[in-house]
Amino acid sequence: MDILIAAILTIITAATPLLFAALGELVTEKSGVLNLGVEGMMIMGAIIGFVAVHHTGSASVAIIASMVAGAFMASIFAILVLKFHARQVPTGLALTIFGLGLSALIGQSMIGVAYTGIPKIAIPGLASIPVIGNILFNQDGLVYLSILMVIVVYWFMNKTRAGLILRAVGDSHDAAHAMGYSVVKIRFMAILFGGAMAGVGGAYLSLAYSPLWVEGMTAGRGWIALALVVFASWKVGRVLLGAYLFGGITILQLHAQALGIGIPSQVMSMLPYLATILVLVFISRDKTKIKLNSPASLGKPFHESR
Amino acid sequence: MLPRLIKRQTPSASMVYLSPVLALLLTLVASIILFLMMGVSPAAALHAFFVEPISSVYGLSELTVKATPLILIGVALSLGFRAGVWNIGAEGQLILGGIFGGTTALFFYEKTGFYIIPLILITGIIGGMLWAGIVAFLKTRFNANEILTSLMLSYVAALLLNLLIHGPLKDPDGFNFPESRLFSDSALLPILYDGTRMHLGAIIALVAVGLGWILLSRTLLGYQIKVIGDAPAAGEHAGFSPSKIIWITLLISGGAAGLAGAIEVSGPIGQVLPNISPGYGFAAIIVAYVGRLHPLGVLFSALLLALSYLGGETAQIKLNLPVAVTGVFQGLLLFFLLASDVLIHYRLQFSKQAAV
Amino acid sequence: MIKKIISSVAIATCLTVAGIASAETKVGFVYVGPIGDHGWSYQHNQSRLALEKALDVKTSYVESVPEGADAERVIRQLAADGNDVIFTTSFGYMNPTNKVAKKFPKVKFEHATGYKRGNNVSTYSARFYEGRAVLGAIAGKMTKTNTIGYIASFPIPEVIRGINAMTLAARKVNPDVKVKVVGVNTWFDPGKEGDAAKALIDQGADVITQHTDSPAPLQVAEKRGVYGFGQASNMKAFAPKAQLTAIVNNWDKYYIKQVKAAQDGSWASTDTWDGIKAGMVTMAPYADAVPQDVRDYADSVKASIVDGSFHPFQGPIKNQKGEVVVKEGETIPDGDLAKMGWYVEGVDGTIPK
Repeated sequence: MDILIAAILTIITAATPLLFAALGELVTEKSGVLNLGVEGMMIMGAIIGFVAVHHTGSASVAIIASMVAGAFMASIFAILVLKFHARQVPTGLALTIFGLGLSALIGQSMIGVAYTGIPKIAIPGLASIPVIGNILFNQDGLVYLSILMVIVVYWFMNKTRAGLILRAVGDSHDAAHAMGYSVVKIRFMAILFGGAMAGVGGAYLSLAYSPLWVEGMTAGRGWIALALVVFASWKVGRVLLGAYLFGGITILQLHAQALGIGIPSQVMSMLPYLATILVLVFISRDKTKIKLNSPASLGKPFHESR
Repeated sequence: MLPRLIKRQTPSASMVYLSPVLALLLTLVASIILFLMMGVSPAAALHAFFVEPISSVYGLSELTVKATPLILIGVALSLGFRAGVWNIGAEGQLILGGIFGGTTALFFYEKTGFYIIPLILITGIIGGMLWAGIVAFLKTRFNANEILTSLMLSYVAALLLNLLIHGPLKDPDGFNFPESRLFSDSALLPILYDGTRMHLGAIIALVAVGLGWILLSRTLLGYQIKVIGDAPAAGEHAGFSPSKIIWITLLISGGAAGLAGAIEVSGPIGQVLPNISPGYGFAAIIVAYVGRLHPLGVLFSALLLALSYLGGETAQIKLNLPVAVTGVFQGLLLFFLLASDVLIHYRLQFSKQAAV
Repeated sequence: MIKKIISSVAIATCLTVAGIASAETKVGFVYVGPIGDHGWSYQHNQSRLALEKALDVKTSYVESVPEGADAERVIRQLAADGNDVIFTTSFGYMNPTNKVAKKFPKVKFEHATGYKRGNNVSTYSARFYEGRAVLGAIAGKMTKTNTIGYIASFPIPEVIRGINAMTLAARKVNPDVKVKVVGVNTWFDPGKEGDAAKALIDQGADVITQHTDSPAPLQVAEKRGVYGFGQASNMKAFAPKAQLTAIVNNWDKYYIKQVKAAQDGSWASTDTWDGIKAGMVTMAPYADAVPQDVRDYADSVKASIVDGSFHPFQGPIKNQKGEVVVKEGETIPDGDLAKMGWYVEGVDGTIPK
């Protein structure tokens, strides 16, 4: 039992950065834009957050700074894609290359700098409930924020007019444009939101997960986040499921190795990827349902014409 | 007053060629600022990036070595991208090609025969096709999105190679280090120019450019690919099978990536290693798009990207610039290249009225 | 037939290089990671800086060079650029280094952790396992749960040797010790390394150690109130209480010695495998948590390794099945250590076959 609780606590930390970045990307993609630059935005969030906490000592300032950094990166992408009609796929990839390089330059003076990590916030009363108290109510602020963001994004997408418009833009930009909505403005904001969320996902790595800075510390998590949006078939709730499934299997295979099950570690390390494929296959069989969810204009350039 | 973009009636023929020139000029200006900020002479840095790497025969030959896998995969990927098939897992397909081709090479260790090299290349293609075939199968049979499956399978491929290189592919006399035997001479691609590493793969890449061109412009399949990509409904209406296009484009791109993997192990590397690709499969996606999904464009964009990698190495050696600068520089270059293409379809208007 | 090694091009490059070369010695370095990895490449770079301070040399380096087709070009460029000595600091550079060395017979090449040498190629590595034995001695005395957690990167001989040395030393003082091994299949992913540390601690490990590059596992140990050891560099800043000591890679002396030898003409191809005695493997100061008797014991282990009275791999040694593979009074020879591919008794882990 104790091991189970401990494993769940570890899974939460492993899933949280993925959850932030994937939620942001989901909103971006729902507006019809595919930004493959998540990794680049995440790592910029990680370094700027770390630099900020190093200089100000304030976790809140650091988190905000990381969001600004992610949004700044996203704005480069947005300008290129929306104003200059650059193709989305290569522009996102270029953003990743750029971000990995720029973060390494900025972080040169942060090598070897230690930070204790953002504090845990125990919710009075609730945190002392046996078993679930420690899991649910004794986390760092960013874990609460990530769950809060799931609710906020779900509410925004499904219950607000603005969310409806965003989805309309993603489904058919021409129709949305004809109805008088500014496709470019709406997409710009969706991209910025995606960047800010990727930024805070990166900051989770450098401020909470392993509070330090090393070059390339996102180690491919931006790509996993991208895959999780597809996995979720653009549904908010399923992003949560996907992030915890992937994080969960990653951690459980480490536990299995520590138990000494006698399977080579390379095979064990394949499991999260294989499991994600398997579950995707299982939930994708209903073709029409998936089609309804996926933004029809995803990745397609918008040419304003009257 | 900011200039405003106005859509052209027809794409500008001159801008097709002029926009990359403009992009390079803009990169020049931006990188001068970047290098001044880094405290190095822009002239020296630009010389290191663009001139030095190709100022010798050896440098030019290395450019072909670096560009070969990018061209091969880039050309094949652009077919799929045109059809709206998002294979972003060419990296994994390349690794499978390396595993298959490498296994063949090791099977014929210390044997000779004209058939060995063709067999290596063919098994490499099969390996890549197999990996991409899984993606196609899951897509057509279970509707599983190829972005996810191809990407996840890339990670699996890398771990599979790692498993094999610590096991059956390991050099029996290699002190248990994770690398294979060095291939016999009969399993190494012929060198095209003595004293360099320019190998047969360079010619294969050029042939791929030619084949890609013919396929796109002269065959029914090429026509179908374009129609399905531009207007899926119209394509289905015309009786083109989307499943068939998915299978064909994935098998072509997987096969090409697998071939690239086999070429890498039997060419410049000469053995199987835990890392046979520094991300060629991902870089080729950029190459395909910067080359505007056109085989000839891919050729040029692959050479340009390869040059920037070589230039990054030279800049480190000559100027002690950290490798991170290469990433920033490449990012800027790509941003400008991608943005400048806007001028093909749009023109700038400076009139005040329009800027309201 | 294919490999005509020396072409007119290569000769031309050599000649121009020889013409330009000044009195100042040029030294090149090739790193597998970024110098900001705070681990393996970082330490090599620290020693490059020490070399620059100690001697009248000009150094250059190329970082994050993949161990594939690119390595040969980079090494060759460094040679063509007039470097007199070139250090290639990862195992995967072995064949490229030797290939380039044949084309540049006047340049001295130094390859880390490999086994192929040539007239102008030396190899060097450190007996990190000596340091691991000291860690094992401390861990065996400090553990209360008799469980030590070990985060491994890849199942290469270097890593296996470290795991075995630590296990043997720990079981010598505490025969009940078990070493749990978790492979993360990366040198470098702070998040995953930390996760592995958590999994091991959750399963009862109260001392952890790592053969990956980042300080993340130590940070976890600090938070969870268990102990750990620094890897490659002194990581005390990240875990002031948890880091009992650290193995610190120190290439300073070796780099200075070899470059000096190249300068005065005494350089010759050798194989160097130095440990604590030569100062290539050093230990960080003990943390406050290490009691005096443990310190004394660890010091005695260190001293006995240095004076040669003790070897971390001296018999009796049993394998995982409990069979005696090294008899009392025998020691595993260097050649077998170099290719070690099996675990000793007490290790919980699997090596792919």
